[in-house]
Amino acid sequence: MSDGSNGWKSGSTLERVLKGGSFVITAELGPPKNADAEVIRKKARFLKGYVEGANITDNQTAIVRMSSVAAGCIALSEGVEPIIQMTCRDRNRLAMQADLLGAYALGIRNVLCLSGDHQKFGNHPTAKNVYDVDSLQLVQIVKGLRDDKKFACGEEIKGVEPRFFVGAAENPFADPFEWRPLRLAKKARAGADFIQTQLVYNVEKFKTFMTMVRDLGLDRQLYILPGVGPLKSPGMTRYMKNEVPGLDVPDAILERMQKTPKEKWREEGIKICVEIIQQMREIPGVAGVHIMAIEWEEAVPEIVKQAGLYPRPQPPAQAPAG
Amino acid sequence: MIVAEQKPLEEIKAMIAPYQRILVVGCGTCVTVCFAGGEKEVAILASSLRMASRIDGNPKQIDEAVVQRQCEWEFLDTIKDQVGSYDAILGLGCGVGTQAIAEHFPGVIALPGLNTSFMGLTVEAGVWAERCAACGSCILDKTGGICPIARCSKSLLNGPCGGSSGGKCEISKEVDCAWDMIVKRMKERGQLEKLLEINPPKDWSTARDGGPRRISREDLMLAREGELP
Repeated sequence: MSDGSNGWKSGSTLERVLKGGSFVITAELGPPKNADAEVIRKKARFLKGYVEGANITDNQTAIVRMSSVAAGCIALSEGVEPIIQMTCRDRNRLAMQADLLGAYALGIRNVLCLSGDHQKFGNHPTAKNVYDVDSLQLVQIVKGLRDDKKFACGEEIKGVEPRFFVGAAENPFADPFEWRPLRLAKKARAGADFIQTQLVYNVEKFKTFMTMVRDLGLDRQLYILPGVGPLKSPGMTRYMKNEVPGLDVPDAILERMQKTPKEKWREEGIKICVEIIQQMREIPGVAGVHIMAIEWEEAVPEIVKQAGLYPRPQPPAQAPAG
Repeated sequence: MIVAEQKPLEEIKAMIAPYQRILVVGCGTCVTVCFAGGEKEVAILASSLRMASRIDGNPKQIDEAVVQRQCEWEFLDTIKDQVGSYDAILGLGCGVGTQAIAEHFPGVIALPGLNTSFMGLTVEAGVWAERCAACGSCILDKTGGICPIARCSKSLLNGPCGGSSGGKCEISKEVDCAWDMIVKRMKERGQLEKLLEINPPKDWSTARDGGPRRISREDLMLAREGELP
């Protein structure tokens, strides 16, 4: 590359460890529903040293929280590399690009492009949504800012362009199932560098998805990080199984949680998560896992250690040739 | 057609409270077809309001009229001799109709009796559903004749999103996922590969985002002025 980027697209830790070929771990860091920076700092301290990146959610489930850029900046100051999430629900293409310029200027190097949950689910159900662009078009825009040095309108960026490692999401269990790998192919073509998926509990079905993904050669075009997460209780397991659209929790996992005595629920949840991570490591084309321990960030170090993935690898300093 | 539904009676009563003589004006086009503001609905609403005003101890004069198409000046002229004798007109047309009344009869207070809901069709008796968002730049050729702007909750151009489940949208099990339908239809047609093309960000300037819209056709303007040979 002739753009002074030293061969990296973004130079983020996430990018460097992925390119270095190590099994990557990302986690989730949910900003608070208030303006308390200490909440972010505390959560970041749990994750520091255990993950290559922490997803900073963007008004998750359409509930107002501290902005992902601001929270990401605080996480960065604590030594945790942020992957800021950006949804298409709340911003038009002007606001998105403005925030991307700002995020880069503040040191943020990874962005995950999402459609966003409909505002109906959140705490402002009477809000107007935006959806000026969709998540796939946002991927194109972020890539264009970096590789073409152009804004979405085609105008050239004069000066420093924001160079992000571009992520997108996929839900292998959403419908229509046969279309999902093809949509992933579209995301790869739009310019996604990595993919994080919805929580996977049905590993067998995920394997089928990955077979289709490999048949399309997509595992060679982008890094795939399936979502995993510790279950807290049989109640939570049942809720995820029955109430969350697009989540597939096998009966065997629910039964296992139900058979566990209450004082061991969390331990068992972590154990199941670790087992799923071990299964994921055996699936060709899986580049790492994304641990979603929702409001339970302190579980992440335990999961990483039990999975035998600690200490974390050092990112290579030099970009691999080619 | 334009699909509308009547406002709650209480809201209408509060709206007309300051007025004594009211003309309820229905429309013989879209809102007649969707049973919101035709002759029958005008009669029922007028009689309910008369009754309510009597119960409240202040009987109002509430009369009825129906215009064939409220959105055309020529048709509105059919009530021009009546409107002057009322304090307010309660329009049972769509938002276009009520505004046309206000515009055509500047001295008259025009009130909306309906909520204009969407452009759609009758799916089955008693059920209407949205089909077009009037974005001003039709893409039905690319999406198997199913509009994602109007029918996807997020107006996605490269759907479906991760909230699509069993053919339904994440917002409600009552709402079909437009992109699930699009994928299935294109597959049936053997045109699934067309959906692999990335739809670029949409030019919304032809939609409401570009400001109030207006179409001018000089050929028709000239013809009206008799300037064509």
